[in-house]
Amino acid sequence: MNHLPRASELGLIHCHVCGMVCCHVSPGEATCPRCGVVLRERKLASYARSWALLVAGFLFYIPANVLPIMRTASLGNVDDNTILSGVIELWVRGSPGLAIIVFTASILVPMTKFFVLAALLVSARHNSDWARPQRAKLYRLVEIMGYWSMLDVFIVALLATLVHFGIFSLVAPLPGVIFFGLTVVMTMLASTSFDPRMIWDDERQR
Amino acid sequence: MGVLSTADVPGPSHFTVPLLLCEHCDTVYQRLPLARGDVVRCVRCGAVIERHQSLSVFTLLALAMTALLVFVEANLWPIITLGLNGKKISTTLWGVILAMWHEDGQIISVLVAVTLFLFPLVNLLGMVWLLGFACKGRCAPGFRSWMVGLHYLHPWTMSEVFVLGVIVSVIKAHLYFEVSLEPGFFAYAVLIVLLALFASVDLRQLWELVPWQSNVESPE
Repeated sequence: MNHLPRASELGLIHCHVCGMVCCHVSPGEATCPRCGVVLRERKLASYARSWALLVAGFLFYIPANVLPIMRTASLGNVDDNTILSGVIELWVRGSPGLAIIVFTASILVPMTKFFVLAALLVSARHNSDWARPQRAKLYRLVEIMGYWSMLDVFIVALLATLVHFGIFSLVAPLPGVIFFGLTVVMTMLASTSFDPRMIWDDERQR
Repeated sequence: MGVLSTADVPGPSHFTVPLLLCEHCDTVYQRLPLARGDVVRCVRCGAVIERHQSLSVFTLLALAMTALLVFVEANLWPIITLGLNGKKISTTLWGVILAMWHEDGQIISVLVAVTLFLFPLVNLLGMVWLLGFACKGRCAPGFRSWMVGLHYLHPWTMSEVFVLGVIVSVIKAHLYFEVSLEPGFFAYAVLIVLLALFASVDLRQLWELVPWQSNVESPE
């Protein structure tokens, strides 16, 4: 492949907010002449921040799965559902399609995010040149799918609001859903803190 | 200031060769004019760098105003109604936010309020504001702050996820209750179609279309 120039080789810097390309004349902090935000070659403390938020997200994910997220009560029958038991219930009660959607949003997507971001962080730190284009693609995938995990939070909120028929039936949110909401926020912040340029950063020295 | 653009009035066109940078890997390209339907992808990492913006500022304003109107309706009208033994209950988005607040789910309440109400509303208001002035070839007051703000809050608007959530809830509740969809749901469905049209729109084009430097806020 012929050589593709990178910004740092040409002394250029790119504003992540407005997209303006500027000449980088001296080291030190500078602001974008167009939109006024601070220009940085790389996102600030990307590696550390991304790890910290990812670990925080994972820690929240444990109670999110262990604790029940929703209580359904009808005629004295109290049923506390966790994320997984909610998925199983949907499957058993004849909506396997929905069970798959909820499983994807609540379990598959967050787990994929944990593994993918951790793998991206480790490989970027070791300047691995393994499968760079594929890793870049994985990052973009994680970025796009991140917020769909909020699905279960919205479902619990909506059902808990609607089902209020006094003692006969009741749906109430339980602490698990709060931890789950926090997991989604943390993993979203972790993926925006990750700087995909780290994936390519060692290449120029080769 | 450590950064210098090559001319007094900054803008990509002020390099002798207009440049384009891939945000995902820092590869530098020469910027070329695009034809309708063109999408520029990075050769190194495959990320989309730029799309041809086929919708004019006028069309965008019309879409944004429609979306704002639909958003207001989606929030005023109830979304779904549940019925059991002749009792009926329905809720709007604000009903959900308030109910969560009173049921010890303040964090959830705030998350819902922010991602489904506040950010989408600010996003649409900002677009109408910026595009409305851009149509007259003018720079909206607070242009810079709006442009920066909208850039940051964009990933946190989740109306699409909510619509999927409503569909799942309807099917879940259908096992025990009579469920009927209310106008608010359909308004939401229209809203996410409109928002999907905006997905390929890059508001950054306004930096080049609007004489932003001439008034109001001068760069420090």
